[in-house]
Amino acid sequence: MTVTHAGRRTPKVAKTNSVVKKAVMAVSGIVMVLYLIAHMVGNLKVFTGRESFNSYSEWIRTIGAPALPPQTALTIIRIALIVAVVAHFWAAVSLWRQAKRARPQGYVTKKAVAQSYASRTMRWGGVIVLLFIVYHILDLTTGTVNPDGDSSPYDRLVASFSNPFITAFYVISLLLLGMHLRHGIWSATQTLGQSNRRRERTVNAFALVFSVVLTAGFLIVPFSVLFGLVD
Amino acid sequence: MTASMQSSVGNPAAEKRGMNLTLRIWRQKDPSVKGKMVTYKVTDISPDMSFLEMLDVLNEQLIMQGDDPVAFDHDCREGICGMCGLMINGQAHGPQQTTTCQLHMRSFKDGDSIDIEPWRATAFPVIKDLAVDRRAFDRIIQAGGYISVPTGTAPEAHATPVPKADSDAAFDAATCIGCGACVAACPNASSMLFTAAKVTHLGLLPQGQPERDDRVVNMVAQQDREGFGGCTNIGECSAACPKGISMETISRLNHDLLGALRAGARPKS
Repeated sequence: MTVTHAGRRTPKVAKTNSVVKKAVMAVSGIVMVLYLIAHMVGNLKVFTGRESFNSYSEWIRTIGAPALPPQTALTIIRIALIVAVVAHFWAAVSLWRQAKRARPQGYVTKKAVAQSYASRTMRWGGVIVLLFIVYHILDLTTGTVNPDGDSSPYDRLVASFSNPFITAFYVISLLLLGMHLRHGIWSATQTLGQSNRRRERTVNAFALVFSVVLTAGFLIVPFSVLFGLVD
Repeated sequence: MTASMQSSVGNPAAEKRGMNLTLRIWRQKDPSVKGKMVTYKVTDISPDMSFLEMLDVLNEQLIMQGDDPVAFDHDCREGICGMCGLMINGQAHGPQQTTTCQLHMRSFKDGDSIDIEPWRATAFPVIKDLAVDRRAFDRIIQAGGYISVPTGTAPEAHATPVPKADSDAAFDAATCIGCGACVAACPNASSMLFTAAKVTHLGLLPQGQPERDDRVVNMVAQQDREGFGGCTNIGECSAACPKGISMETISRLNHDLLGALRAGARPKS
């Protein structure tokens, strides 16, 4: 058969193969998930009172003191997280563009059969979560956009979550993060070649339970401030 | 006769008068021109017809009117060759998990409107109307290369033991007929399920071991080169696959690929 294809551009040879990019996403995702577990557990210290919460924040900055200079552990964590975020974002954008090139002309009618809402919102949901992280750091870490910027970590937290609009933004972002993890954990297991027909149910059940618990653990803090349990 | 009497009991209206359907079909003269959806009406369609027979009826009608018939791929019409494949109302091979030739008009109702489009992917350019060029799949297979088996007389059947579970899983993967429904259904137009089925099918058997690492890296490199998208493990492919190839094969491909790269295998350029 000799059909010539006018208008068919020879696709750009993928410099790094798509499966390797997915592995980069999976591993960087796992790094961020491990951090999220520690972050959520740390947040719950808010229920032990202002003193305890502020001293926990101080402890993170002085781990290993006096042998190590201040912020050693924190700096290592921050570098690891920045590398993870950049790698995750690079792989996502690269695969997103590859997918766009792979189907420039869409269907007039397309019916989704198997995809979940979580899997459908990975890309834009991920972008929103990234913007949220930027805002979140400016709000509670640096205090730049915090209503009570110069105060202690505890007071900054209470100041932010006393505002229902800020709380609403946190809630929406955390729910998106939860869905991102729901599909992400399953997808990472597949990408790293650790899933099979027997494990599929377990992996999916774990992904769901883990995401719900983590999201609930994060959400309990802003809601407690909003309803006056923490002030 | 018996069959028609039985069906008249179950569905008297359909027996007296076939279904009338509105078809919206993608028409495109050749790859260089822009295509569009064109509406046709077909009448008196029997529910026992296959989807392709319904299109044959339409084409006879078009030929009688002096119009160009709709081009679509088909060969065996018994669900084993993988030649047919249409996007029917937004689903690869239509509402049943089978091939287009094995989809029957009883899956539709009188008065239905049916949208029919070709597979959409950069790697599957439209040749004409509903026919696409799927040679990208052949090139992925070619990139996989050979397996080291001696030619000549058939070996003694018990010479190479294969565990039952492995042979079953390998056969499940080998049922892939390369129709391309996985690519068509995938939101990323990824060929991952196809390549994974091929990698699994040989990778599970002792005969596939010597070239296992090279095969997976070369096949994945070729599918990227063809312009398919990446896999996001959404599962539309497996749900559309007429042979029900499972997502497990994709995990196995990933496992083999990452292992092969660690072991130093690199794709041929």
